[in-house]
Amino acid sequence: MKMSGAEMLLESLKRENVQHIFGYPGGVVLPIFDALFKDPSLQVVLTRHEQGAVHAAEGYARSTNQVGVVLVTSGPGATNTVTGLADANMDSIPIVVITGQVPTKMIGNDAFQEADIVGISRSCTKHNFLVRKIQDLPRIIKEAFYIARTGRPGPVLIDLPKDVIVDRADFIYPDSVSIRSYNPTMQGNRWQIRKAAQAISKAKRPVLYAGGGIISSDATKELLELVTLTNIPTTLTLMGLGALSGTHPRFMGMLGMHGTYAANMAIHHCDLLIAVGVRFDDRVTGKISEFSPHSKVIHIDIDPTSIRKNFHVDIPIVGDAKNILKDLIEEIKELNKPEPASKEKLIDPWIEQVDEWEKEHPLTYEHDTEVIKPQYVIEKIYQFTQGDCIVSTDVGQHQMWTAQFFKFIKPNTWLTSGGLGTMGYGFPAAIGAQKAHPDKRVIAITGEGSFMMNIQELATVASLDIPVKIVILNNKYLGMVRQWQEFFYGGRYSSSFIGQSPDFVKLAEAFGIVGLKASRHDDVENIILDGFSRRGPVLMEFHVDPEENVFPMVPAGGSNIEMIFEAPEQRDDRKKRDSILTA
Amino acid sequence: MSDIQKHFIQVVVENKFGVLSRVAGLFSARGFNIDSLSVAPGIDPTVSQMTIETQGDDHVVEQIVKQLNKLIDVIKVVDLSEFSFLCRETLLIRVNTARPGDREEAFRISEIFRARIVDSSPATYTIEVTGDTEKIEAILNFLKPLGIKEIIRSGKIAIAREEQHGGHRPSKHSIEGEYSHHR
Repeated sequence: MKMSGAEMLLESLKRENVQHIFGYPGGVVLPIFDALFKDPSLQVVLTRHEQGAVHAAEGYARSTNQVGVVLVTSGPGATNTVTGLADANMDSIPIVVITGQVPTKMIGNDAFQEADIVGISRSCTKHNFLVRKIQDLPRIIKEAFYIARTGRPGPVLIDLPKDVIVDRADFIYPDSVSIRSYNPTMQGNRWQIRKAAQAISKAKRPVLYAGGGIISSDATKELLELVTLTNIPTTLTLMGLGALSGTHPRFMGMLGMHGTYAANMAIHHCDLLIAVGVRFDDRVTGKISEFSPHSKVIHIDIDPTSIRKNFHVDIPIVGDAKNILKDLIEEIKELNKPEPASKEKLIDPWIEQVDEWEKEHPLTYEHDTEVIKPQYVIEKIYQFTQGDCIVSTDVGQHQMWTAQFFKFIKPNTWLTSGGLGTMGYGFPAAIGAQKAHPDKRVIAITGEGSFMMNIQELATVASLDIPVKIVILNNKYLGMVRQWQEFFYGGRYSSSFIGQSPDFVKLAEAFGIVGLKASRHDDVENIILDGFSRRGPVLMEFHVDPEENVFPMVPAGGSNIEMIFEAPEQRDDRKKRDSILTA
Repeated sequence: MSDIQKHFIQVVVENKFGVLSRVAGLFSARGFNIDSLSVAPGIDPTVSQMTIETQGDDHVVEQIVKQLNKLIDVIKVVDLSEFSFLCRETLLIRVNTARPGDREEAFRISEIFRARIVDSSPATYTIEVTGDTEKIEAILNFLKPLGIKEIIRSGKIAIAREEQHGGHRPSKHSIEGEYSHHR
């Protein structure tokens, strides 16, 4: 049967089990939107900006481990997706972005709304395609989805010229994909895994350092089994939160720049570092030459380029984390057979040491009965929800406080922009997650700065009645910028004061959704109770302490054990004490 | 850390538009050097072969090889520096031959280097020579006194010697034991 390119696209998307498309119409993609109008089986989520559409698809993808889909027009529609593509590329989020393009004959002629999006997006996608003839379209869509979700997942862009959209041809959808130049390694090398198991069984001070790869490869069950089997203290990266329950006794919290004291100390003093699905990001390692200086390193990752990119590795294992952890558990069990109990005893003193570090500097903040402390709001939201919800954040202080004070129990419930640090990510990501999980509570925790970067999506939640709960921690500053200026730029708050924010409650109302505000400590619980018990979308604004800082903090470029717990002026004595402690 | 060394990397890629740009973009985006590059279709017209001359310490070159492999359109990557290999480049050079004796001199030099005179005008010869870098540099030095009008130098191409490299080519995934044994 002959079909138009537009019809083929929709049919192909359905074959890939797509139900939602996040997008925005425009000139050259009108035939596709026309086909969508006639076909109610694919639901279009009309955002109010293409960047919002991409972040929404990311939220959809991260909360489901399925491919998120975006459809936008050529030119500005396409260029507006670039930030989202770069974000998904850094955080390994599987999305397929379909952009319209001017007709093939006009490409290169500076036609109206022409942009070389394949050229522009080359370095911020896992792969991209320009479809030059309609006969290639089904195969390219099949390959795009395959590339997006396999191996180290990532964004794939398909550029679709107008003439391909309207051409007609027979539709043949391939059953399988075979790309001779793309075969991700799924199984780990068994010898390497055995070596890793031996190292684990000999280690006296092992640490598990796991990240987003656990979530991408759906390996949380295996991670939990490994932790249960070995009792190894575990830390998670920002992207990995939820991979092991935040309430697990062996969970030390996040590591890195705003990680916990215990996690950073444990990494520094361990004799074996088991890194799984992580990439030794600079926000994690701090000064790389002083990161985990005494350890042997096992690094498990599906992306060979992650291995030895930033950090030396003794036992590299390339492959899928789920498969490798399964094999590793088997090997460890085999090794433990003769004397199952001895292993645990070997690391008992180490666990005691970690517990001590946890007691020494737990995550904390100065409580106040008048001013609202941002951390308090997050604690209260956690208590209210008991972690049974999906939380997204934007980027900055509120993001770090959420990572620190909210306990993520399950994977795929935490959506944040880790690698790229994209302000404006959180709210649209929550929209995408809510579309995937209509019955779940989805919360976007944001700051007034980040929120204003994609504030137009209020119209999306209002018009489609998407019941996302928005929590704005308004401190009148670009808080993380202000914190750095306070600590490292002599308190000169250059361009970080944004006190002239709109009245967010009125703004919410103007968009047609409920707005609530809390200005005093005592209002917090009531506003949370009120806001969260309402059915539709709700915006809750909390006026929080404007100069609250995120602690602990490793100053940029510093070693991870040089954590500070208060603003630097007062820190001399403390630093001395810490250096004695860590000597 | 190891020393910075010259490496020749052979890359087999899909013969599609945009692939060269992906490879070149990778080098610039990640701060790797390309000292020379040559590209042409292979015997199989669906693939192209590249020879990339680059430099870096072991760590950098390992990343170059891995990052190239990560590109979807790259079929195979071989760091020739792990083998004994041959490397050639071609030079087209136009020299002045206006003064008496110049033509004879140019002819003599060409003979010595097994170069060929491929074009001639009343006042110039155009000479073609192929060889390794040392040979190219040498003939250049000899021809300089004549007065060089124009030079075009090709990128380098390289091939591993048969005995080391014959039946058992390293596969795309063969860096250490990182990978599973079935590869």
